[in-house]
Amino acid sequence: MKLRIKYTKTGVLRFIGHLDIMRLFQKAIRRAKLDVAYSKGFSPHQIISFAAPMPLGMTSEGEYFDGDFVSVTSTEDMMNRLNDTMPEGVKVLDIVELEEGAKPSMSVVSASDYYIYKNDECTNDYLQQLIDSLADFMTQEKIEIMKKTKSKEEMSDIKPGIYKLENKDDGIYMLLASGSVLNLKPELVIEALCKYSGLVYNRYDYMVHRLETYMGERNNLQSLITAGKRF
Amino acid sequence: MTKLALPERILMNIDKPARYIGNEVNIVKKDLSNIDLRIAMCFPDVYEIGMSYLGLQILYDMFNKREDTYCERVFSPWPDLDKIMREEDIKLFTLETQSPIMDMDMLGITIQYEMCYTNILQILDLSGMPLYAKERTKGMPIVIGGGPCTVNPEPIADFFDLFYLGEGETSYDELLELIKVYKSTDMDKEAFLKQASKVPGIYVPSMYIVDYNQDGTVKEITTKYDDIPKTIKRQVVTDFSQVTYPLAPVVPYIKATQDRVVLEIMRGCIRGCRFCQAGMIYRPTRQKDVEMLKNYARAMLDNTGYEEISLSSLSSSDYESLDELLTYLISLRDEDHVNVSLPSLRIDAFSLDVMSKVQDIKKSSLTFAAEAGTQRLRNVINKGITEEDILNGSREAFIGGWDKVKLYFMLGLPTETDKDLLGIAELAEKISEVYFDVVPKEKRNGRVMINASASYFVPKPFTPFQWAPMILPDEFTRRAYYVKDSFMQQKNKKSLKFTYHDAYISILEGVLARGDRRLSKTIYDVYKKGAIFDAWTEYFDMDRYKDTFAENNVDIEFYTARERETTEVLPWDHLDAGVSKNFLIKEWEKAKNETVTPNCRMNCAGCGSAVYGGGVCFEAKN
Repeated sequence: MKLRIKYTKTGVLRFIGHLDIMRLFQKAIRRAKLDVAYSKGFSPHQIISFAAPMPLGMTSEGEYFDGDFVSVTSTEDMMNRLNDTMPEGVKVLDIVELEEGAKPSMSVVSASDYYIYKNDECTNDYLQQLIDSLADFMTQEKIEIMKKTKSKEEMSDIKPGIYKLENKDDGIYMLLASGSVLNLKPELVIEALCKYSGLVYNRYDYMVHRLETYMGERNNLQSLITAGKRF
Repeated sequence: MTKLALPERILMNIDKPARYIGNEVNIVKKDLSNIDLRIAMCFPDVYEIGMSYLGLQILYDMFNKREDTYCERVFSPWPDLDKIMREEDIKLFTLETQSPIMDMDMLGITIQYEMCYTNILQILDLSGMPLYAKERTKGMPIVIGGGPCTVNPEPIADFFDLFYLGEGETSYDELLELIKVYKSTDMDKEAFLKQASKVPGIYVPSMYIVDYNQDGTVKEITTKYDDIPKTIKRQVVTDFSQVTYPLAPVVPYIKATQDRVVLEIMRGCIRGCRFCQAGMIYRPTRQKDVEMLKNYARAMLDNTGYEEISLSSLSSSDYESLDELLTYLISLRDEDHVNVSLPSLRIDAFSLDVMSKVQDIKKSSLTFAAEAGTQRLRNVINKGITEEDILNGSREAFIGGWDKVKLYFMLGLPTETDKDLLGIAELAEKISEVYFDVVPKEKRNGRVMINASASYFVPKPFTPFQWAPMILPDEFTRRAYYVKDSFMQQKNKKSLKFTYHDAYISILEGVLARGDRRLSKTIYDVYKKGAIFDAWTEYFDMDRYKDTFAENNVDIEFYTARERETTEVLPWDHLDAGVSKNFLIKEWEKAKNETVTPNCRMNCAGCGSAVYGGGVCFEAKN
């Protein structure tokens, strides 16, 4: 049975990298005694896969992974068992059973939205300046920024990946392309905003919080959790 | 949620910030308002190394079982953070509550290897306390050292208030009660230290005065007051199956070196290899009950979620219920996908069967710790393995499908000659010949590989070789080349490989292992010049050490290359590790005569450890 699990990653757990979060769940599944499926061979591993890697420093209330289970109980029971063994900062929000033939979360992710804000940890005072520049910023025909990949650096137009960019409360709300087709990191948008306002960009000047991960077309985005049903 | 000691801008700019945030699964949380004693337990190396060390988890669990005590953890900040903390004057903190170390009542530092000595100073320095114990006043944490290096802690004696000699499970309660009194009354530090020196196993270096002879050797070690114990006896757990054990160890987020459940099955070793300090100082050999270990294994796997388990002991093949325990663990593998990480086992039909169940034969290799190339030299060091054992074990394994063998050797052992060096290459050659002998051509996939590697012999206190000279660096290099050349002369040289290491770290280890108190100043100076993480080759700088030794008029060879008379007063003569000096002298003589001593189960050698009243010394009599 294929399940999709939605969880949060908040607080000090933002300093735990993506691979380590995977390891955390592998251990939690064992502690919770869930009947997960294993691969064959000399070092069997759990058959689970994560939707979208999450960079160090980011918090989220919309993370996902899929897992194959040999047997299941109920959404509520499995959530409780996992949450009873989780450290502070990770909380399972929902578990659904995927329909037969549902595509893995990793391959269907198409967008994510984020909230950018300041807290006591952040020392800058320029966030308001960025908020004030949002409207003008989006009138640009192209938004070019140096994009680094493992092998090269190149100028890239990130505007096609920005679906929404607006002020919300004391911070910035952004809906960005995410996944294998087009992927835009929120850090890059902030960097471009800083550049536009002539400010020096520092990653640690603000907090980034993922709100939700979506699948589907840009004009019809749906939460990843809608691919299945509670049980 | 915990408020972190380091701000966002620092955590986002250093490698692996998860090293410094705590909050792991199974950490102990306590309400500080109910706590009388705060302890920080430190492993003076990076988090991933320190968290892999079983002793720290044992003490953490044991201290926290006391209701009035809160024990937290601290490790060495990696050089990237070290630099920032110095620049910004950020004080070192505990992981659990992210509190300054200076707020603790006791700082316990486990000392596992000599190369961490500068990291100990880093810990004290970043905490904001004076490095020398005599400059630390009441109100600052009591700094106590434990672990194997405390059998001769003299080179770092000036930095510690106390040392705990032996196994932590025995005497700590008495010391903690004394610290509570010290803290809550007007007892001054000197009075506290004097009191502490009377607790079994507690060594207070400032209560002992060392005088030296003209030639630099120790003249005598006397006590500062008349009522201070003349010798300090290592503390040992006797009822080993009843001893406290952490069934829910802390599980790191980042991958630690030991990323698995570690089950201690036995302490001590019956073998008595003469170079091996652990085999001497952890006597008597004590085993845990196999039924209890099965329960522990289940509980620890359930409490941590680890997918792998390994056994901890000095020589697992000597654990008497090993077959039963491994059979149980393999059953867990089948029903619950638990990987069993095998310790190095004596190669026989049983161990090969076990190995074939849990390892991919094509990828795994057999390991033989031969240590020396000839039977003569193996007799000198009392290493029980024979050439026949190795060749028969290899034969069995080759028939079973293995085609990789690892061999471990030491260079520079007492009485070693070129003939012994040549023996290393010849042994490797013989193993490869066995392969070609027993594996028919059509069954050979790829090439058989015999990988031999050599480290350098470092004489350690409380071993029969504590009087032995260490050879000089150039001679180490010559011997390594000689072995390398001998490998090239062998018929099957394409199947043989020999690797060796740089000798300098071993030389420094040699100085520190058998050093005296006068070395504290050199360690202080070399630290002030920037030495930390000396156990990491990328940070170790031998020239910096050489210069600092020279500035302090310390002759390295006085400590390493000199054969010491058995009548010489040794810097650790006021410490008693359990094995008697008479026994060590007898063993040193037998080594020179190339005579072996049977293991503890075959025949009691009268080492002196029977006074502890437990373990192998009494097994036959039960």
